Amino acid sequence: MAKVLIVAEHDGKTLNPSTAKCVACAASIDGAEIDIVVLAAAVGDIAAQAAEIAGVSRVLTVERAENEYPISAILAPQIAALAGDHTHVFGPSTTFGKDLMPHVAALLGVNQVSDIMSVESSHSFKRPVYAGNAIVTVEVAEGSVVVATVRVASYQAAAGGNSAAVEAASADVALPTHTRFVGLESGASDRPDLQTATSVVSGGRALGSEEDFDLIYKLADALNAGVGASRAAVDAGYCPNDMQVGQTGKIIAPDLYIAIGISGAIQHMTGIKDAGTIVAINKDEEAPIFEVADIGLVADLFKVVPELTSALS
Amino acid sequence: MDRILVGLKRVIDYNVRVQVKSDGTGVETDGVKMSINPFDEIALEEALRIKERGEANEVIAVSIGTSEAQQQLRTGLAMGADRAILVTADGYLDPLSVSRIFLSLAEKENAGLVMLGKQAIDGDNSQIAQMLAALWGRPQATFASGVTLDGDTARVVREIDAGLETVEVDLPAVISVDLRLNEPRYVKLPDIMKAKKKPLDEVALADLGIEAGPEVKELSYAPPEARQRGVMVEDVAGLVAALKDKGLA
Ligand SMILES: Cc1cc2nc3c(=O)[nH]c(=O)nc-3n(C[C@H](O)[C@H](O)[C@H](O)COP(=O)(O)OP(=O)(O)OC[C@H]3O[C@@H](n4cnc5c(N)ncnc54)[C@H](O)[C@@H]3O)c2cc1C
Repeated sequence: MAKVLIVAEHDGKTLNPSTAKCVACAASIDGAEIDIVVLAAAVGDIAAQAAEIAGVSRVLTVERAENEYPISAILAPQIAALAGDHTHVFGPSTTFGKDLMPHVAALLGVNQVSDIMSVESSHSFKRPVYAGNAIVTVEVAEGSVVVATVRVASYQAAAGGNSAAVEAASADVALPTHTRFVGLESGASDRPDLQTATSVVSGGRALGSEEDFDLIYKLADALNAGVGASRAAVDAGYCPNDMQVGQTGKIIAPDLYIAIGISGAIQHMTGIKDAGTIVAINKDEEAPIFEVADIGLVADLFKVVPELTSALS
Repeated sequence: MDRILVGLKRVIDYNVRVQVKSDGTGVETDGVKMSINPFDEIALEEALRIKERGEANEVIAVSIGTSEAQQQLRTGLAMGADRAILVTADGYLDPLSVSRIFLSLAEKENAGLVMLGKQAIDGDNSQIAQMLAALWGRPQATFASGVTLDGDTARVVREIDAGLETVEVDLPAVISVDLRLNEPRYVKLPDIMKAKKKPLDEVALADLGIEAGPEVKELSYAPPEARQRGVMVEDVAGLVAALKDKGLA
């Protein structure tokens, strides 16, 4: 029977919603028993949140001062030691999980399955390759531990309401000191988080400046939406890097995605493939984004975005 | 630092619209333009800049694959790498095996840094740097958008979901690079001529004594579910009405 260990993602205080999405993925394996492991400097609140996720049997905790920051060289040996009799070890395909899970896989002597988008059987999965231009079905040998990241945009977070057992675990392994956290410059704002927002408004190169990117924030605020951007907008310095949506940015699945002044390059579109409704505003009627948009408006954004903002306010 | 090892993978060019073969065994590669994985080109550029600042003596470009990858290594040499190593191997290699190959070369060449792209745009796996760091027992700094060296340590700014994280790592270390780290230089014709004289050594995979990783078998390829073209609206009023129709406004 499948026994899945999920590595919790958190910021030291709060559990990231990606963890409940990993649980949803694990729960789609027939008869899976699901444990979550929380590694932190102070595990209390985080473990309590993890214990609420429906379908979780146990929350294992490792409280160590070294676990204050998510440094893979420090976390991975502990996870490998705790993997024990688990048949699967999952993490989210956020930058946290992408950094950590291959390190865990190598310590366990196996390859990793990256970005699971669906579970076909306990050892077979679908995943995107070539920026989502192809979907490949892969199979891990029976008897080999499955280390994987879960494409979080493919799953709805598992429900709450559970009260799983919380157990302190010990991972008595030597930890390296060769990697040290220095600081985090966070783009955090009061707006809904891009990765979990139900609506997202994104701006592209056409915005032309940091000042004019404000048009995007204003529309987003009218919709209580998160804010995203194309790579071109980020590269040009109109907005912070953590807003980039796409193959090399965030992969998101909001109910509503409004792309403004974005051409629709394949690397961008792969980030919003699972969005509910895609709206595109672009002055070029030939822009590739119109081929996939559910609602398209050919117009000059500088004229229509303020109009739309006031119509929705 | 003496040497920097840089990985250059030969992949389908990022401008190509990739097509799944009708029999589902993979994607079309016949007559398709091949290039250096864009992230790897950025890794090489950074290594060259480190060397040009006098902080490293030699930059070695490494590729693993068929002899066709010589092309990408020659481009790397033309960009400024001092020499190149091609580990010749036929067919698909799993990430763990690739990481073991890099480990073997890093040890043999006594590398101070191994610089890789954060992912290859074919398999989109994003595994090699992390696995190599694990096998080597050395630091990993992934998704780098800033690298500064200071004696035996490196400071790396990482692009993560929460923003920009800075870590300090002891050398030797593995760094995987993101797109905003730099803009790779253009290769000029005289450089291409010069590159022809630079050493490009071929090593057969079998001679490295690498044990292959347990396989993740690829069963079949399929095109993604296509989204359909929707409706066009005339103006903002039409857009608001369409959103209301769907219960989105
Ligand atoms: C390896 C690799 C990875 C990449 N990863 C990503 C990624 O993760 N995310 C990403 O977004 N990109 C990524 N890219 C870049 C991608 O290929 C495109 O270059 C980028 O998405 C283009 O951004 P854009 O649509 O804002 O700009 P452009 O392509 O320049 O499009 C601007 C659009 O704005 C329209 N426009 C101009 N003025 C107006 C106006 N006044 N009103 C209305 N419309 C107007 C134009 O018609 C045009 O369609 C990647 C590229 C590579 C090589």
